Parts: sequence; C-alpha cells; structure tokens
Amino acid sequence: MTEPAVQLDQIAKRFGPFTAVHPTSLDIPAGHFVTLLGPSGCGKTTTLRMIAGLLDPTEGEIRVKGNRVNEVPIHRRNLGLVFQNYALFPHRTVEQNVAFGLKYRNVSKEEAKRRVADALSLVQLPELGHRYPRELSGGQQQRIALARAIVIEPDVLLLDEPLSALDANLREDMRVELKRIQDRLGITTIFVTHDQSEALAMSDQIVVMSAGRVEQVGPPEEVYNTPANEFVARFLGASNIFEGRVADATVDVVALDVPIFGVVPVPAERAQGLSNGEPAKLVVRAEKLKLARPGTDADGAVSVDGVVEAVDYQGQVARYFVRTGESLLQAVNMIDDHPFAEGETASVRLRPRDCAALPGNK
Amino acid sequence: MLSGWSLIRAWTILVYLFMFLPVAVVVLLSFNASQFGSFPMTGFSFRWFVELWHNDAILRAFRVSFVLGALTAVISTTLGVLASLALIRYDFRGKNLISTALIAPILVPEVVLAVALLLFLRFLAIPKSFPLLLMGHVIFTLPFVVLVVQARLVGIRRDIEEAAMSLGASPRQAFFEVTLPLLAPAIFAGMLFAFTISFDDITGTLFWKPGGVETVPTQIFAMLRNSISPEINALGTVMIVLTVGLPLLGAAVARRLGSRTN
Ligand SMILES: Nc1ncnc2c1ncn2[C@@H]1O[C@H](COP(=O)(O)OP(=O)(O)O)[C@@H](O)[C@H]1O
Ligand SMILES: [Mg+2]
Repeated sequence: MTEPAVQLDQIAKRFGPFTAVHPTSLDIPAGHFVTLLGPSGCGKTTTLRMIAGLLDPTEGEIRVKGNRVNEVPIHRRNLGLVFQNYALFPHRTVEQNVAFGLKYRNVSKEEAKRRVADALSLVQLPELGHRYPRELSGGQQQRIALARAIVIEPDVLLLDEPLSALDANLREDMRVELKRIQDRLGITTIFVTHDQSEALAMSDQIVVMSAGRVEQVGPPEEVYNTPANEFVARFLGASNIFEGRVADATVDVVALDVPIFGVVPVPAERAQGLSNGEPAKLVVRAEKLKLARPGTDADGAVSVDGVVEAVDYQGQVARYFVRTGESLLQAVNMIDDHPFAEGETASVRLRPRDCAALPGNK
Repeated sequence: MLSGWSLIRAWTILVYLFMFLPVAVVVLLSFNASQFGSFPMTGFSFRWFVELWHNDAILRAFRVSFVLGALTAVISTTLGVLASLALIRYDFRGKNLISTALIAPILVPEVVLAVALLLFLRFLAIPKSFPLLLMGHVIFTLPFVVLVVQARLVGIRRDIEEAAMSLGASPRQAFFEVTLPLLAPAIFAGMLFAFTISFDDITGTLFWKPGGVETVPTQIFAMLRNSISPEINALGTVMIVLTVGLPLLGAAVARRLGSRTN
C-alpha cells in the first residue's frame, strides 16, 4: 500500500478550556477527494487550518507524505488554499494573482507565463488575465482563486467552504467543475463543507464530524446507507428513526422488532453486528419510505397505514408527513400522476433491505 | 412673514459668515497695496508676499515648520502603523489600555497635555530642545494616524494575507506584497494629517519650543504682539492655502490609490 498523502495522528486543538477538535486520526490517500462534513462549529475549519499550518495543534502530529510538518511554517508547506471569500489580492490583476505563488519558486518568466495561461484555461477563464478581481463575478473570482492555488502544483489542495458564497445554480456548476479539475490533476484534496449534497456528490471519502469529533469515515454510499450512528443518519438527509429491539439475529439477517412496523428483517451487513435481544434503532431514509394507495399489492414490503398530515411540494419530489399513531413519518417521493393530498389515507411501505440498524445507544 | 425655514436659513448663513468672513478678509487684505493691514483697499498688489519672501525670520520659521511637520509625519506614521498592526492583528495583555492611551491625546485638551509634558520634563530636569518639541508633536498626531490606519486595516481581510503565505510568501513578504500596498491610502492620509496638524499647531508648540526656535504659527503670534503688519495677512493666506490645500490634495490622491484596491 502506498503512503497516505496526509496523516493526522491524534491531533487535537484546544482554545483555552474549550476543545474545538478532540484527538483525531485520519489517513488521506494520495489523489483522493476527502470531505470534512459537519454542522457549523463542529471543528472543520480548525482541522483544515491545522493541516494548512495556520493553527498549531495542541497535541498530535501532522504528516504530509510521511514527514512531520508540525514545525513547518505555512509558506514552506506547499499547499493550495482556497477560502470561502476567494481572498484574491484586490490590488493585483488576475494574471498577477495566479502568478503570485510562482515568484517564490524557481520558475523562469516564460514558464511562469505558460503555467498561468494553462491554469486559467483549466478553470475556463483564459481571457480575463488583465482584469482586476473586483471586475469579476463571485463564481469567476472563485475560479481564479482555484487557479492560483493549483498553479503551484501543491502537495495537497485545501478548500474551506469554497462554494458557500455562491448562489444555488452556480454552486452546482462549480461543484461539477471543481470535481472535473480535481480528477484531471489527480491532486489530493481536502474539502470542507456543511452541505451534505456537496459532500455526497464530490467525495471519494466523507469524514462526518460533530462537536470536534469524527463520527464516521467512509465513501459517500456507505456513509449514506449505513450511518454509524443517529447523528450521521440525521445529518445526511432526512431519516426516520424508530426505537426497538433485536428479535432474531442470524448470519444474514438481523430482525428488528419496532412498534409501528412489527418485525423488519435488516440485512446483517447493515446491522453493525447486533445480537439477539439488544435494544436497537431502525433507520429508514425519507426517500426509501414509499407512499401507496391502501389495498394495493405491497410486494413483500413492510407496510403501515397512516394519514397524510402535510405535503411540501419541491418540484420533482414531494415531502410527505404521515401520522401513524404517535409517530410522524417523513417520506420523500417522486411526484407521479396521483400525488397524495393532505388528509388522505396512505399505506406507508419500506423494503427491509433499504433499512439500517443501529445499536440502541448510538 | 418669516417662516421657520427661512429663519433657520438666515441663521445658518450668519453662522457661516461668522466663521469664514475673517478668513476671507485676511485673504482679501493680503492683496491690499496699502501700508496698513486694514480697509480701505487702495489697490491690488503682491508686495506683501514679496516682503514675506525677504523676511528672514519668517523663512526660518517656515523651514522649522516644514522640518518639524515632515519629521512628525514620518515618525508618527511609522509608529502609528506598527501600533495599529499590533492592536488589530494580535492579541496580548493590556491591549485595551494601550489602545486607549494611544487615542487619549485627542480627548485631553491640548493645553493640559502641553503643560503636563512640560512639567514632566521639568521634573526630569531635561531642558527644552527641538527633539522634545518633535516628541510632543508626535504624541498628539499619533491618535489621528492610528485611527485612520486601524479603520483601513480592519477592512483588509486576514485571509488575504493567509493566501499569500500559503503560496510561499513569508510573513514579512506577505506584509510588504499584500498588506502594505492595501494600507497605502490610509498611510498616506495619516501622514498628511500628521503634517498638517503639526504645521498648524500653536498651543503645544508655545509650551515646548526651546528659546530662539519659531514655527510659522508662533512667528505670527510674536509678530502680532508688536503690530499688525500687512505681512501677517499674506502669511495667513499662505497658511490657509497650505492647511486647506494639502488635505484636499491628499484626499484626491488617496481616492485614486483606493479606487484601484476596493
Ligand atoms: N480562535 C478561536 N478561539 C476560540 N474558539 C475558537 C477559535 N476558532 C474556532 N473556535 C471555536 O471552535 C469551534 C470550531 O470552529 P470551526 O473549526 O471554525 O468550526 P466549523 O468550521 O466546523 O464551522 C467553534 O465552536 C468555534 O467557536
Ligand atoms: Mg468553518
């Protein structure tokens, strides 16, 4: 196995009595796109700034390509840094901005020129070299900031919420664009965001954080489909979570007994090794809960009847809130010919293989 | 019948007349050909400006004022920029105290400041000298520089400097390549402020100047005690042009510098 590009070895950061990041270890393989995902204030920026060399870890070691960098000042770390607010130099033209980092590297004038031009065409803005940052839109400024960061061929690219200041449409375009550039260059990238759809769309690995701790690390599908705990389940998309107990555990299937649905046989690989009789939680994604007309064939799905209490139309999909007894279920379904209306009775169905099970205390 | 608004308008005009008429009269009379520095005007002439030019005492005073103003501006701006950087960019104990102490000279009446410094020097048995006069001027121009520079510095985002460092600039290089150019309009404005305030000052200067040294304001003051010579009108006009013109010029330059960076 090749050496990870970046290794965090039990790094922690305290500000006085407050711990912003608890001891955390993480290996980031070369060429990977890794996202630190979590709510605001969970310590993402703090972690990124420690890797960048803008903050000293209170404890632990940071290694880049196997070498300890704790004592290396930021300007010797050879990192590309992109900020939420672009942070372009307002008194320099676009070209001068992009060329800035090359001044500190032994690069001839001609080569600098060529590399700046290459970087500008890579971000698809080859014509804007002579403009000043204030003459550019937000999206263009962020592309220039990206060009400025990658032109120095950094060991690692660090991005702190780079898309958060852009408006929604542009954000989606930039997402695709950023991923394309990262793929093309094969550059190790650490991306910070609080936006789960960004994380799911772009990452090779997602690191879900909460209150200064890592909750789960894994590829997007894994983090999404088999959340390690209730926090991850709730943070990545809307989830329905039911308390219950393991009724029967075999090698293949862990059957959970939950009050509303009865016994739900969850595949063992989604059940975290739960054993017989343990308290457990059943996790069902809102989009895996399907509404159907009562009396139609359930096709092997577990179902329960309820009354649609509220409908939130969101274009192609609708978010339904369905009352069954004490619980309010959340279902996100494609809108077909006959969407459900408020007050209608619906049969709420789930396929056991779409569910995940968590230990009762997580 | 006079409505409320026309009363206010008339009153406003009176106030402005009260403030600016004396200035206008001085400027007007400085071009009077007459022997006496007062009305009636007997003709238009530059003779008093020419006489100024041949008056050694006044030329000497101008030289002193220029040197004093320029040195005050340079020292005050250097200290002010360094102090502002420390106060805005770093956290340390006693920060608020230092910040207040730097601004305080604006709040204390100048006479009080002047007397206090004088008594302090007396207490230390230090004789008055030009460097001490300079020190006094630096003390009371510093707040202006600090205020102007700080205002600009909070507007320069820290992440711009961080971006420069991530690209390979050492903290020093980042300061000279990024922070300083962005700070330039404020530094320039602060310098002009310091120069003009120093050039204009009489209260502190009267207390602090060593014997035999005169600045333009103290020279005017001394001349007024003997007689009201028409030369004083001419000198007054020159002072007005300098102290009004310089800041205006400065504002224009600062605006040009600033428009490229905002
Ligand atoms: N310089 C600092 N001094 C004190 N607390 C800080 C400092 N920087 C960050 N924090 C705290 O650390 C926590 C994590 O901050 P941050 O890493 O910026 O969160 P995120 O980027 O995930 O939103 C927050 O509670 C924040 O208030
Ligand atoms: Mg943050």
